[in-house]
Amino acid sequence: MAQLTMIQAITDAMRTELKNDENVLVFGEDVGKNGGVFRATEGLQKEFGEERVFDTPLAESGIGGLAIGLALTGYRPVMELQFFGFLFEVMDSVNGQAARMSFRSAGKLNAPITIRSPFGGGVATPEMHADSLEGLVAAQPGLKVVIPSTPYDAKGLLISAIKDENPVIFLEHMKLYRSFRQEVPEEEYTIPLGKADVKREGTDLSIITYGAMVQESLKAAEALEKDGHSVEVIDLRTIQPLDVETIIASVEKTNRAIVVQEAQRQAGIAANVVSEIMERAVLSLEAPVLRVTAPDTIYPFAQGENTWLPKADDIVATAKKVLEF
Amino acid sequence: MAAEKNKQFDPTSVLHEIEEKFEMFQILNEDGKIVNKESDPNLSDEQLTELMERMVYTRILDQRSIALNRQGRLGFYAPTAGQEASQLASHYALEKDDFILPGYRDVPQLIFHGLPLHMAFLWSRGHFLGSEIPEGLNIFPPQIIIGAQYVQAAGVALGFQKRGTKSVVMTYTGDGGTSQGDFYEGLNFAGAFRSPAIFVVQNNQFAISTPREVQTAAKTLAQKGIAAGIPSILVDGMDPLAVYAVTKDARERAVKGDGPTLIETMCYRYGPHTMAGDDPTRYRTSDIDSEWEKRDPIVRFRLYLESKNLWNEEKENEVIERAKQEIKDAIKQADQAPKQKVTDFLKIMYTGDMPYNVQEQFDIYTEKESK
Ligand SMILES: Cc1ncc(C[n+]2csc(CCOP(=O)(O)OP(=O)(O)O)c2C)c(N)n1
Repeated sequence: MAQLTMIQAITDAMRTELKNDENVLVFGEDVGKNGGVFRATEGLQKEFGEERVFDTPLAESGIGGLAIGLALTGYRPVMELQFFGFLFEVMDSVNGQAARMSFRSAGKLNAPITIRSPFGGGVATPEMHADSLEGLVAAQPGLKVVIPSTPYDAKGLLISAIKDENPVIFLEHMKLYRSFRQEVPEEEYTIPLGKADVKREGTDLSIITYGAMVQESLKAAEALEKDGHSVEVIDLRTIQPLDVETIIASVEKTNRAIVVQEAQRQAGIAANVVSEIMERAVLSLEAPVLRVTAPDTIYPFAQGENTWLPKADDIVATAKKVLEF
Repeated sequence: MAAEKNKQFDPTSVLHEIEEKFEMFQILNEDGKIVNKESDPNLSDEQLTELMERMVYTRILDQRSIALNRQGRLGFYAPTAGQEASQLASHYALEKDDFILPGYRDVPQLIFHGLPLHMAFLWSRGHFLGSEIPEGLNIFPPQIIIGAQYVQAAGVALGFQKRGTKSVVMTYTGDGGTSQGDFYEGLNFAGAFRSPAIFVVQNNQFAISTPREVQTAAKTLAQKGIAAGIPSILVDGMDPLAVYAVTKDARERAVKGDGPTLIETMCYRYGPHTMAGDDPTRYRTSDIDSEWEKRDPIVRFRLYLESKNLWNEEKENEVIERAKQEIKDAIKQADQAPKQKVTDFLKIMYTGDMPYNVQEQFDIYTEKESK
C-alpha cells in the first residue's frame, strides 16, 4: 500500500474509474495539460488521452450543462469546478437541473454526474474561493453531498460517487489536500455514500463534524481527554443524506453532543444534525446540543480568515459548557 | 445528392467574411515607428511622456510585487508585465469621472485612476480596508469572479445614461473571460440599451493554462461583439498609441450616445497567471515567450519617444527610483493597518442596524477580542 496525500488519493480514484469504465470522462478548466490548478488530475490526460480528460472553455454554467448532456448520452461525467465559490455560475445546472433529472422524468432518466470541487478556508485564497457553500447544495433534494477528511476516505468515497447513479457533489477541503499522508490501497474499494465514520470512540460526549473540522475536533478531543473526558468524534463524510443511525447511536451512548462546522452558523449542516438529534434522541440528552461554527459574515478575505475560522480551542470551550451543564 | 449541389445558402461564407474584417489595428510597430500616420492620436509631448512614465512605473510595480509576494509581504497577485499598453493606454483615454470595473489583473488602472498604492497592497493581502474605496473615486475593487464585472458594467452604463451623466464605464476581462455567459449578457444588454460602456478584452493568449484556441473556435474575440450588434475592434495591445486611439474613439462615441464598443487588445502576460503556484512552463514554451518579448510595449514606446527626443535613460531611471520609493512607502503604510477582527467583519456585514444574530455575535466577539 502506498502512503498518499488526500489529493493523490483523489487522483488515484479518478484513474481507477477511468480504467474501469470507458464511459467515465474527466473535464473542467485547466484539468488537462496543467493537471488542474491543484494537480488533482495530474497525468490523467497523458494516460487516458484528450478524448477522455479534457480542458473546457472558461464557463461553469457551460461545464455543468455539458455534464448533464453527456450523462444523457450514457457517459459518467466527472467535472471539476475549479473552486466551489464558482458554484453560483453553475447553480442552475446543479440545483435546478441535474438534481431534478430523476424526478422530472418519473424515474426514467438519471444524471450520474460527479462534481468535484476544492473549497475550505485557512489557505489564503482570494475572495470566493474558500467559502463553505455546502449548505446550498445540501438543501437541494436530489443531490448527494460528500466531504472526505482523510486520504483513505477520499478514494473510497470518490469511487462510490463516480459509480453512483445520482448527481454527487464531492467537496475537497484545500487545507487537507497535502496536510498528511495515509495508507491507501492501490486497488479499487468503495466507501458507501451516506455512511458516517467514528473517527474516535468515547463515552462522555459526541462531536459530530465533517471536513477540516474533523482534524480540529480530534485535537480538541485529545485536549479534553487530558482533563478526563472521553470524547467520541463522528466524521459525517456524507452531509446529504445524513447518517442518522450513527449519529443517534453515538448520542444515545454519550448523552451529550456538540456539532462543529467550518461554515457560518446560518449556513451549514450543523442545524440539520441538531434537528435530527432533537427529534430522535431528546430523551437521551443530559445537556443542550451546542454548535461551534464561524460567525455569520461573508467569508473574510485572506488576511482575516484565521481570526474567523473555528479552532480546536473553540471546540474545547463549547464542549466544556456541555460537559459541565 | 443532387439537392446538395444546388444549395443556395452558405452560412460558412458569412463567418469567413466577418472574420476577415478583423485585422489587427496598429499605429506603432515593434521598431517604434509609426506605420499608420492617419490614425495617430497626436498626443502632446507631455501626454506621451506621461503615458510612458505610467508604463515604466507599472513594470517596476510588477517586478516589486512579485518579489514582495515571494517574501510573503503581499498576498494575491496577478502579474501584469506585457499588458502595460493594454491596461494603461486604454485607461489614459478615460476621464476622472468615468467608472472602472476591473478584473483581478487590472490593479494598475485603479492606481492611476486614484487608488492609493497602499490600499492596492492591502487588497492584495486580503485586508478589508483595501476595499474601502475613497469617496468620489469611480472604481470597484478588482473582481475575482470572471465575467461578473461585464454585466455590472452594463448596469453602471445604464445608470449614467438614465442620469444623463456624460461619463462612460470601462470594464476588462481576459480571453478566457469571453467564454462566460456574463460576458455575452453584458455586451447584449449594453448594446440593447445603447449604453455608454467600453468592454475591453485583454487577449493575453492564455486563461491560466488554456490557450485561446482551446477557449473558442472564433478567430478573434472582437467578432463576438458583432453578435450583440455593437462596434468591435481588434487592436495591437502592445501598441500604446493604437490602444489609446481606439479607446478614445470608443469613449467619444459612448458619450455622444452611440452606445458601447468592444475592444480586443492582443497582448501577452510574461509572468505566471498568478503568484499562487502557477507554473507557465507546463503549458508554454520559451519560444513563445521570446517571440512576444520582441513586441514589448515599453521597448517599442521607448524607441518612439527617443526618436522624438522625449525620453532617455536618465528619465527612465528617475521613474524607476520614484516607483521604488513610493512602493516602499506604501508597503510601510500597509503594514500599519490594524489587525482585522471578527467584530470589524460583523460591523460591515449589513448597512444599517445589525440583525439580532449579528448583534449577538458582535457582543460575544467583542468580549472575546477584548481579552
Ligand atoms: C467564474 C470564475 N471561474 C473560474 C475562475 C478561476 N480563474 C481565475 S483566472 C482564470 C483564467 C482567466 O483567464 P482570462 O480570462 O484569459 O484572463 P487572464 O487571467 O489571462 O488575464 C480562471 C479559470 C474564476 N476566478 N472565476
